Amino acid sequence: MSYLQGLRCQRCGHTLAPAPVHICPECLGPLELVYDYTAMKATLSRDAVEAGPPSMWRYRSLLPVGDAPVVDLGTGLTPLLRADNLAKALGLRNVYIKNDAVNPTSSFKDRPVGVAATVARSFGLDTLACASTGNLAASVAAHAARAGMRSVIFIPEDLEQAKIIGTAVFGTKLIAVKGNYDAVNRLCAEAVDAYGWAFVNINLRPFYGEGSKTLAYETAEQLGWRAPDHVVAPIAGGSVLTRITAGFEELQRLGWIPETKVRVSGAQAAGCNPVARAFQAGADRVQPVRPNTIAKSLAIGDPADGGLALNAIRRTGGSCGDATDPEIVEGMRLLAETEGVFTETAGGVTVAVAKKLAQSGVLRPDETVVIYITGNGLKTLEALGASCGPSATIAPRLEEIDRVLGSAAA
Amino acid sequence: MATVTAVRIRIPAPLRPLTGGQGEVTSDPGSLKDVIAALDVAYPGLKDRILEPEGRVREFVNIFVNEEDVRFLQGPETELRAGDRVSILPAVAGG
Repeated sequence: MSYLQGLRCQRCGHTLAPAPVHICPECLGPLELVYDYTAMKATLSRDAVEAGPPSMWRYRSLLPVGDAPVVDLGTGLTPLLRADNLAKALGLRNVYIKNDAVNPTSSFKDRPVGVAATVARSFGLDTLACASTGNLAASVAAHAARAGMRSVIFIPEDLEQAKIIGTAVFGTKLIAVKGNYDAVNRLCAEAVDAYGWAFVNINLRPFYGEGSKTLAYETAEQLGWRAPDHVVAPIAGGSVLTRITAGFEELQRLGWIPETKVRVSGAQAAGCNPVARAFQAGADRVQPVRPNTIAKSLAIGDPADGGLALNAIRRTGGSCGDATDPEIVEGMRLLAETEGVFTETAGGVTVAVAKKLAQSGVLRPDETVVIYITGNGLKTLEALGASCGPSATIAPRLEEIDRVLGSAAA
Repeated sequence: MATVTAVRIRIPAPLRPLTGGQGEVTSDPGSLKDVIAALDVAYPGLKDRILEPEGRVREFVNIFVNEEDVRFLQGPETELRAGDRVSILPAVAGG
């Protein structure tokens, strides 16, 4: 059964029956989903979750998919790694990495797309579409292939090669747009009125975002049904940070975890930092910026949920920082060298900002901290370039090893 | 070839009930706020959906002139010339 009651405008409170719409017809405000938490609390349990499949779908009763067969690639229940080496490097004591780089298409996007593809099929829509900075593109193309649906995907033309190949391989209509992500997004916001497609992050956005809540659900379950004290998540459109926040609050509302405060901090690239800038300036609105960063998956100058992310950070007592391009690369290498986890530039941003927040005392040594790693390093090899290569090239002779390693060979 | 004398304004689906279903309307050139005021005479109620009472563009509305966000131009004071294309869009999309 579904606990979904309908859609509600976050601005004016207008309500609608479930439909593939994201904008309030009365005031153009964003729509959110409304659930029957009383019924959820009365009928659902942690035991039932624990008996479920080893994927995000163990939480399907909390997701807006009803009884429909889900479009699944085996997404979720990714490792929550205790990261003592990284903790030591950051001057903290209890740090965990939620490694979502190991999802089927190598990013967290499989979570929202799994929900959106399932819902699209339930609404009778046959074409999945999106505006993407790359990770979403691959996930939508893969889920469409899995579901036997058509897909049309719009990306900025300057994306990393792995993201282009890793999307096109699924047999999608991949359309490269001359412009940045914000231009792609504007084009798609116009296209949604002209075509009857399921744009997962536009007209299906209220449903799509819900998939990211499973990042919080899994973290809580993996910590033994409790919330961490502080989480650090990247901000592109702002959806994942707000949904992680909502996910912990929802579990508290259901009585599944203790009602502790979870501080939520955000990470942006210095070359695309509209939310960090608004946070630091104490502004009430997020003003758009023109992105210029190697963290292309976070290069959204006008984040749709920027205001909501800003509110979540302020409300929970978190912070929001940014990282320069060299700091992003340093963050990628720090995580790889301390914990054996290879993340893309977005993860470099998150680690680099976590480092700054630890140095400034925002992340405290007594806190249990979870750092969300949302994408895989193999997707953004260009960012590392020549800085990662062989230490030496030798002839196949034993003495050559001694020659290049010297005393380190012993 | 006919001379272009008007500004073309793209109306998003949620606002089309106010424009009799039209996805595009036209106006004489002028500042963006004057164009919106003129449209409100032809299509009553449109202005309230786009601008706040004090004249600022509503938080959940984005306006583009020839593909450029007006927040990078002069906002509601942006001058629109004949042939310019304006697109009004709900802000909450993408990411």
